[in-house]
Formats: sequence, C-alpha cells, structure tokens
Amino acid sequence: MKKLSSKQTSWFQSGSPWVWLNGGAVTLCMIMVIGLLGLIAVRGFGHFWPADILQTSITDRAGQKQIVMGEFVRDEIITAAVARDGGYEVPADTEVITRHLFKLGNRDISGRDFVWFLDMGMDEWQYPADAIAIERREWGNFYGFPVAVQEGGAVVSKLGDEGFWQELDSRLRRALELHQQVSRIERVDIGRINKHMDDLRLERRRLELDGIKGEAMALADADMSERRAALEAEYAIIKTRRDDILAQATRDKLQVRTGSGKEAVIGFDHIVRITRPNEMSVLDKLVQYGDRFWEFLTDEPREANTEGGIFPAIFGTVTMVIVMSIMVTPLGVLAAIYLREYAKQGTILKIIRISVYNLAGVPSIVYGVFGLGFFVYILGGSIDQLFYPESLPSPTFGTPGLFWASLTLALMTLPVVIVSTEEGLSRIPSTIRQGSLALGATKAETLWKVVVPLATPAMMTGLILAIARAAGEVAPLMLVGVVKLAPALPVDGNYPYLHLDQKIMHLGFHIYDVGFQSPNVEAARPLVYATSLILVLLIIVLNIAAIKIRNNLREKYRGASD
Amino acid sequence: MSEPVLVAKPMPSLMPTTEQRSRLRRIRQFKDNLSRYGVMSAGLAVVFSLGLIFFYLFSEIAPLFRGASVDITHRFTPVQLQQVESDPTEYLLLERYEEIGANFKRSGAVNFFAVNDGSPVLNAQVPRAEGAVFTRLATSTPDQGLIAYGYDNGQVALTKVNYALSYPQDKRQIVPSLVYPLGDAPLQLDEQGAAITQLAVQETSSGILMGALTADKRLLLGIFSSNTNMITGEETLSQEVFPLPALPEGVTPIAIQVDESAQHLIIADDNAQLWLYNIINPSTPVRQAPVAVPGGKITAMEFLVGTASLVIGTDQGQVSQWFLVRNSDNVYEVKFVRAFDSLAGAVIRVVPEHARRGFWASDDKGNIGIYYGTSERTLFLDSLADKPITQIAVSPIHHRALLLDVSNELAVADVWNKHPEVSFSSLWQKVWYEGRESPEYIWQASSGSDNFEAKMSFVPLSIGTLKAAFFAMLFAIPLGVAGAIYTAYFMTPKLRGLVKPTIEIMEALPTVILGFLAGLWLAPFVENHLPAVFAILIALPIVMLITGYLWSRCPESLRTRVPEGWEAAMLIVPIIITVWFCIVASPFTEIWLFGGSMPQWFTENGIDYSQRNALVVGIVMGFAVIPTIFSIAEDAVFSVPRHLTQGSLALGATRWQTVVGVVLPTASPGIFSAMMMGFGRAVGETMIVLMATGNSPIVNFNIFEGMRTFSANIAVELPETAVASTHFRVLFLAALVLLALTFVVNTLAEVIRQRLRKRYSNL
Repeated sequence: MKKLSSKQTSWFQSGSPWVWLNGGAVTLCMIMVIGLLGLIAVRGFGHFWPADILQTSITDRAGQKQIVMGEFVRDEIITAAVARDGGYEVPADTEVITRHLFKLGNRDISGRDFVWFLDMGMDEWQYPADAIAIERREWGNFYGFPVAVQEGGAVVSKLGDEGFWQELDSRLRRALELHQQVSRIERVDIGRINKHMDDLRLERRRLELDGIKGEAMALADADMSERRAALEAEYAIIKTRRDDILAQATRDKLQVRTGSGKEAVIGFDHIVRITRPNEMSVLDKLVQYGDRFWEFLTDEPREANTEGGIFPAIFGTVTMVIVMSIMVTPLGVLAAIYLREYAKQGTILKIIRISVYNLAGVPSIVYGVFGLGFFVYILGGSIDQLFYPESLPSPTFGTPGLFWASLTLALMTLPVVIVSTEEGLSRIPSTIRQGSLALGATKAETLWKVVVPLATPAMMTGLILAIARAAGEVAPLMLVGVVKLAPALPVDGNYPYLHLDQKIMHLGFHIYDVGFQSPNVEAARPLVYATSLILVLLIIVLNIAAIKIRNNLREKYRGASD
Repeated sequence: MSEPVLVAKPMPSLMPTTEQRSRLRRIRQFKDNLSRYGVMSAGLAVVFSLGLIFFYLFSEIAPLFRGASVDITHRFTPVQLQQVESDPTEYLLLERYEEIGANFKRSGAVNFFAVNDGSPVLNAQVPRAEGAVFTRLATSTPDQGLIAYGYDNGQVALTKVNYALSYPQDKRQIVPSLVYPLGDAPLQLDEQGAAITQLAVQETSSGILMGALTADKRLLLGIFSSNTNMITGEETLSQEVFPLPALPEGVTPIAIQVDESAQHLIIADDNAQLWLYNIINPSTPVRQAPVAVPGGKITAMEFLVGTASLVIGTDQGQVSQWFLVRNSDNVYEVKFVRAFDSLAGAVIRVVPEHARRGFWASDDKGNIGIYYGTSERTLFLDSLADKPITQIAVSPIHHRALLLDVSNELAVADVWNKHPEVSFSSLWQKVWYEGRESPEYIWQASSGSDNFEAKMSFVPLSIGTLKAAFFAMLFAIPLGVAGAIYTAYFMTPKLRGLVKPTIEIMEALPTVILGFLAGLWLAPFVENHLPAVFAILIALPIVMLITGYLWSRCPESLRTRVPEGWEAAMLIVPIIITVWFCIVASPFTEIWLFGGSMPQWFTENGIDYSQRNALVVGIVMGFAVIPTIFSIAEDAVFSVPRHLTQGSLALGATRWQTVVGVVLPTASPGIFSAMMMGFGRAVGETMIVLMATGNSPIVNFNIFEGMRTFSANIAVELPETAVASTHFRVLFLAALVLLALTFVVNTLAEVIRQRLRKRYSNL
C-alpha cells in the first residue's frame, strides 16, 4: 500500500499530467478534423436524401390552429424568454422550449419558405401517402396533394383514378423532353447564330479601323448584309421551331391542393421532378438519391444558384486548373532544374531559393492584387490594344477572365512545383549522375535522359499539390475572373472552342457566393454543404494521390541509393 | 552465323566515320548548349517574374508619395486683359475639359478664352443696375460654381457658368454661357441700398444663402430661392433678409463666409479674430466669443469643398485649417486643426480644389503652395513668378491650372497632383476628419456622396489583422505545439502514421469551406451556446488530467494491456462526452447564471457582442493554422537525435523530464519557426475573415466583436475601385504591406529552420 501512495505523488512529479494534456491536444485536433469532415459529409450527402413530407397542425401566436405541411429541417432548444419575445404565450413554469424548423415551400402562395414552429401546441406529425413534393423551375418546391391532370384545360385524370400516377409520370416525362429540346436549341443553335452576328459586327468595325473606305467598304457591306440576312432567316426558322415546342409544352397542367386546402395549378413545363417520398421504399429513395446526386453534378444552377446543379462551377474549376497546369508545370520544372543543376551554388542562389520558397507562404490575395493590376490591366489592356481593337471600348482580355485566373494561380503555385521538383532532383543519388557522365554522356543527356525521368514522380507530386491548392483557392480569383453566374461555359462548339477571355464559375467562389450573398440562406445552406463536400472530396483525393506518389518515390530511391 | 563467308569482301565498318563522329559531336554539343541556355533563360525568367511581383507593387504605389508638380507650358497676355488698370480681373475659372478659361472682370465683363492660344471664345456681361458700381465679388465652393457681384446700391447679381457640350462631326465642342439661377435681374440684398463691402454666397438646401456687410457696418443674411409654380410654370422669387447682430465697435471685418448647411456665418476681422454666428434660426442669430488666429493678420479665408473646414492665410504667410467642431455643450466652435508649410510672403489668395480637400494658395511674392487637408501634406511650394499671383483657377480634374499675376500675364500650367490624399501620417496616425470631434483612426474609403472625405487609415486594418491572427494563434499554438510534441515523442509509430497525414491533409482544406462553416454554422452555434464554449475550455484539461490520474490508479493488469503511447486514443471518449455534456447543459447554464442569454448579458454589462466575432475567427482560423504549426513543429521534435533522449532517459529522467530538459531546448527554434509560419498564414488568410467577421473596421481587441483585416479589405474593395485612383493604389499598398510582413516572417522562420537543421547534423 505504501508503495502505491508514493506512486500517487510521483504521478504529478513525473510529469505524466503534461503527457496526458499533450495527448489530449492531439485527440482534440483529430476530433475536430474528423468532426469537420463528418459534418460536411453528413450535411452534404444528406441534402440529396428525399425527405418525408409531414403534415401537422400548429397553434400560431394568436392561438389559432393552422395546418402546415412540408419537410422537417432541424430543431433547436430555446429559452422561454426568447419565445415570449417572439410573441408566443408561454406558461410561466416553462423554461426551455423546443422549436422545429420546417421547409414549407410554396413560396408563390404563402411567401414563407422556412418557418420555425414551437413544439408547444403542435399536433402529432402525420405523413400522408398522397403528399407530393414538386421541384419547380421557379418559386422553389411545392408541397401538397395532386388533384387532377389537365390537358388544354380539360381534366384527363383525377387523383384516385386508375393509372393516375402513371399518367402524371408520362406527362412529366414528355414535358421534360420538350424542355430539353428547347434548351438545346437555345444553347447550341441560337448561341451559334448570335456568335456569328457578333463576329459580323466586329468584322465591320475592324475594316473601319483598317481605314477601308468608299467602294471597298460598300462591297464589304453588301457581302455582310447578305450574310446577316442569311443568319436572320435561319434565326427566324429556329425561333418558330422553338416557339412551337414551347407552345406544346404548355399543354399539360397539374391541378394541386396545398396542405391547408388552397387549390393551385402548375404547368408541367415548370416542373423538374415530382416525388412521393412518404410512399417510397428505401430502395426507391436510394434510386432517387442517386438521381438527385447526378443531377447536382451535371445540371445548371437555378433560382439564383440556390437550386439545381453545380456543373458550370465544376467545369470552370477543372478548366481553370487544367489551363493553370499547362502553364505551371514546364515553368516550375525548368526553374527547379535551373536552380538545382545549372545555377552557380552560392550565397545569391541561397537567397533566391529562400525567397522562392517563401513565396509559397505569401497570402494568396497578394497574388490576386498582382494579377488584377499587372495581368488584367497592363498585359490584358495591351493585348486588347494590339489584337482586339475592333471590340474596344468593351475589353476582351483587359477584364478578369479564365486566362488571367489561371495565370495568377500558376504564379501562385509556381513555388510549390519548384520546391517539390527540387526536392526530387536532390534525392537522386549522385552515383547515378556520375555513372552517366562517366559513360561519356553530356550534361544535357544525363539530365534529360537519366535525372529528369527519375524525378518525374516528384514533379507529379508538385503538380498535384499545386492543383489541390489552386482548386481550393478563392480569394485571388474574386479579383481576376470568377463570377457568380457565367453566361456560358468556357468551352463550346464555336471557334476557337476554348474561350480564354471568358469569365468562369468556380466551386470555391460558388460556396462563398451562395452561402453569403444569397437571398434565401436557409434554402442555400444544404446546397453549400453539398458543394463543399464535392470540393473537399476533390482536394482530399488529389492530396492523397500526392502523398502516395511521394511515398512510392521515397521507397524507390531508398532502393536505388543502396 | 550459319554459313561461312566465302568471299573476303571488305566489310563496311559499323563504326561512324570521323566525319560522322564530329558531326554527331557537334550536334550533341549543340543540344547540350541548347539545354543549358534554354533552362537558364527559363529559370531566370521564372525567378524574374516572381521578383516582378515586388517591383510591380512598388511601381503601383510609388505615385502615392510623390508631391505635386506644376509645369508652366506657356505665358501670354490675353487680348481682353491688355488695358486693365481700371478693370482688373476679379475671378478666374477653368472648365472640366481644360480648354476654355473664363475671366470675370470688375466691370462685370466676362471673357471666355481658349486656354491654348488666348483667342476669345465669347464675351458676356453680368447684369448691373444703371449707375451701380462694383464693390465686392464672392464665390461659393467650386463644385457649386456660384459667383456673386456686390454693388454699391445694395444689390447683388448672381450667376453661374454653364458649359454646353456637343459633338458635331465627332469633335468635342464646348459652348460656355452665363446662367442666372435666380433670374437675371440683380437682387436687392440691402433694402436700405447701402453699398455692400463684404459678401459671401453658398447654395444650401433651403435656397441660396448670402452674408453681407454694408458700408454702414450692418450685417445682413439673405436667403433667396426661386419656386416654379407647378400649374402656371411661373417662377416666383422668394427672398428673406435677416439683420444679424453687429460686430463690436472697432472691429473691421475683412472676409465673410457662410456654410452649405445654412447654420454658420464666419467673419474674419483685421485683428486676426474669427467671429462665428450660429444662424440655424436666422431670426434669432447667436454670436459667439471671438477666436484668435495666431501668426499675423488674416489675409484670406475660404471654405474647402463641403464647407466643413476653413483655410486661413495670414500676412506672415501662414496657412492653417480650421473646423467647425461640436463641443460638449453641443455648440459649434471654430477650432484650429492643422497648419501647413508657410509661404514666404503674405497670403493673398486661397483657392479650393474641386471634389476633394485640397487647395492652392499664393502669396505676394509670386509663390504658390498646393496643400491637402486630410493628409496634412504640402504638395508643392515654389516660386512661379516674380510678381504676386492674384488669381488661380484649377480645373475640376486637377490636371491644369491658370495663374494670373498682377501684370496681367496669364500662365497656363500642367499640373500633376493625382494622389494628395495619402501621407504617412494619414495612414498610420490619428487624423482629425471633418465633422469629427477629435482625431481618430478611421477606415472608410468610399461613400455615395461626391463631397465625401476619404478616410484611409491603416491602423484599423492593422489592428484587425493582428487581432484575428492573435486569437487564431491563441487557439492554435497550444493545440498545435502540444499535439506535435506528443505525436513526435510519445505516440506509438502506428498511431503516428495515421494522425500525421490526417492533420496534414487539413492544411489543404479550402479556407472558403472553413469560412462558410464559421459564418453559417459556428457563429450561430457559438451565439446560442456561449456558456458551452467557455465550459469546454475549462473542463477539457481537467477531464484529461482526471482520466490520466484514474488510469494511473487502475490495476496493473489492465494497464499493461495498453502500451505507452496510446494515451491520446484513450482520451477520445472522455473528450467527446465532456463536449457533449457542456453543449447540452448550455441552455440551462444560461438560464441559471446569465438571465436566459449570455450574449445579452454581455451587452448589458457593457461588452458589445456581435454574432460574427473574433472568437469564431480565432477558433476557425486557429483550426486552419494548426496543421501548419503541427507539421513543422512535429518535424522539429521528431528529428531531435535519438541518442540525446536516450541518454537522458538512461540517466533516470522521466519521459516528461526528458522532453522539458532535452527535447524542447533542442527543438525550440523549430517550434518557434512553426509558430512564425502559422502566424504568417493567419495574417494573410482572406476567406475565413471575410466570411466569419462583420468586416467592420473597428479599433479594439474585444473578442466578441469583429474586425476587418488587410486581406479581407482588399477582397471587398478592390473589385469596386476605379483603376489608378488613390483608393486603388492604397489597396495595392495594403497588399505590399501584407506581402512584406509575411515575407519577413517566413524568411525568418526559414532561416531558423535551416540553422536548426545544421545543428542537428552536428550533434
């Protein structure tokens, strides 16, 4: 026993408490890291799960009963004082109250999308089987019951009729098909005609700037007006086709009733999806889940980015990163080879090397400022003067855009690639180099045929780290070319196919914009979690790839140097 | 080789000939050189372009600190000015396109002339009653452009210049004309018809305000306005003239000014005193005790644009700025604010610039001074003529000026005065801004109003940057460093192989996601569970210690089952339970201790609370910085040579004693360098602060309020700034400050790290 008590005092003297505290710090860090990833994953993945539609009645501030219908979002415990401030009658002996946040949808009818309701005075929650959620192109979701399908104003099928749901489904499919046709016409055909029209205008302006006058100009004008007329004729045909389809699409309408009994009519051309979550089995829901997830990845945003997909943002991010990689890889690798193989090693080089390394730690916003001032205004301005005088004063490259965003990020990630490549070069055992030189190879041959191939994995690591950093960076992009909603993708079917001067959307900026600039924060929030999830996944995958490559590389040269 | 060769034919050698060899050698040589110079040029180009960042930022901010320059391009005497002894110029104007000057003469003749060659453009005449004699000319601030002629019959003629702009055949044409805001008949300011000896005019919201002194020493205040009848379209002129209490006997006014708000009238007398009349209620005006102006007799007094500050020049050449400041009794007083470099002779003319707080002053020796109020700068001070310059006209875009001397020679000058608003003192010291009661640090670079005084102090932004970084470090250093020590020294290799990459991956986590979580998830969460945050802070270390102690009291058999180095894993459950408990208990704590809401309680006790505050930023940015600190510090601790620690342990020191006595002293430079790196990252981080703070540029260290950092400020304001404006360049300066700061911090950290590496290799 005596031994034990001495142990007890020595527990403190031995410093074990400090060890435990230090251990606790690691644990806390890990819990935070995993908790954070978990939070993003749960909220992000949860966004696509078709939630059940509940119906219940609540007691409002005036003490009246009201029927509400919608999705349950979350609940919260508040103190009674807060509820009383909100105008509710709360019994004096209650101290805390639960309240639930419901997504009521039906913004066009009630005007309130997300509403908190007190648990007090709320009835049992019911999940009516016929309840449907309609995703619409405007006004957000609708929650309610279907009443009848109409065609040209006449009722075709009523709820309860045999085959009502099938009817609903087939009509919806037809409407979606028509919608797709229209959007294809608008995007591809009309886009092409607009582009040609604009080209004609610029062509004329260029002729003017070239000083062509008189007869030559008249000839050119005649030619242009002919081409313009041809385009206009084509446009007229396409437009009638489009209007025709649009007219067809308005044929079918769905008559619906809200939870509180209000009737409404929704055109099928406004509907994206109709679900009956309360009736769905887990398997059905899984299918729907996959469907929604896919839509999120491949669709365009709707309703000020708070609904729909994030395809343009993914596409913009990827395009930007690819353009950046094309610029940063050769430059970074050459610079690293220069620093390691050719430059005279000395104090000056040491200073240069430390400076280059430190540029990796310079705040990204500084690169953004440099990019805006130097690339966009100075370089871009000069390019416009030289090559695009016909479109001035509206700038082509003298305004933020894809190319400048990529170039700025390339500059920002250059140190990463240099550091990584240099490390790879320095790891190559000098015996290999000497062997090559001893066999009579020149320095260049040794370098390009022996050393550099061996260092490729290091370069890859550098590039992947650069990409991971670039993909997640937002601050500089806000200055040099990323916008909340780009009118078109930077790659399309019109010459020159890749439009470096175009503004792009970006996953990171999308998160910032939707999360902080959107008018309907509650509706936007799940979408932001989902977008964050995609971005996190992208970056974690890239980083793990980099780490794996680095480890393989180390193993490889551990063998080679023995 | 199945068949022997029968015919001994000489085999062609497979070896290259000498010629081929030398050719090959040349090609290889060429390739070698190509590679050498190609790589060298590419490498140097990259290094150069990275260096370009510095040079470019410097070149962008250099104009901020340049003074003004005035280059006289030509001098001439316009035709209309030649015989002038009896009819001197009273006022000179230059319009926005800097092509046409206007010359207002005592006789009421107004000559518009081309600035380039002096050729006449138009002659006009200011109305005057038959037989009236000019006595005094007054002008409002230049952005209003009112010009008033006072006559000896108590009348005043009021005019303005209008420039009609048209583009016949794509060429700009400017047609000047005189317009009369209150009709072209002179206004009877003094009903008694006495001569007007002093006059002041200003356009106010209630009409055109005029202050005047008559020959018989009466002070008058007139408010004139014209109303258009909506139905008949008839214009009626309403005029009210109020007498003001006269100045004491023996006081001779030499200048009068009225302000735009129609609240104050200021008189400067020949005894260097300023008399302030409060005319908010013109029928009961209040005169205040005079304020003495040091530095000689007052010779000139003008309002700057916005009429919130006065510039006073004296016969000793002193130039000073005065404000109307509200004192503790809520009464406005005239207060001295700042003095500028003196002119050599007596100040004879002060001319305010358009749209900003700058002004020009001339003395009786031909010197010109260009000054700026807010930045307290004397931008230019030089002799431009050997005779006194009596009239100065500066164009509204500040690129050209007209200077007229006593001999009626007109000098046309090109002016470079683009960035007078910024100086070292305006960036880093307290500045007394217009309308404020005392000097302050304020960042408010733009506003909707044209007459806005830009307030560009870097102090709120620096404080905000340091505040954010400080709270982030407060959170990150203990966790990062302690975690690093444990991971590197105590943890089992198996666990370490899992923990280290996980935390390092977090370094690549986009900060925009952290910012979003901070702003939309953590900020409301912290506001609703404030007691939990503090409870967790206190409870966690205690729980860790208790767990550790209980573990040490566990039976030997159980303890041996878990080897050393797994303490961290054992703490997972206790920590999660503690955190969960604190959160659940939070609403009840709030009810019992803080009357229902802790943020409310703070507000009631005088501590401002805003939802997006430094606490949230500290936690989230700290979280973003932990991987940086952890990774570098862990490397430093881990690479402490094993024989050192083993020696210590062999001598009987416990594990912790070895850490404190051996590991930490050896690795401390590395740990320090890790903290520096982390600090560098926290200083430059943009998205988290942008999203998790209110971005209000406040100057305090309250953890429950937000801040605005340099980086967030750049991100918010740069996209909306006019290129090459002062604001634009100041934001570049902010970027340069940020770059320099992080560069120095990182270089220091890097140098320390390299030293450490050397030390280890010696051990």
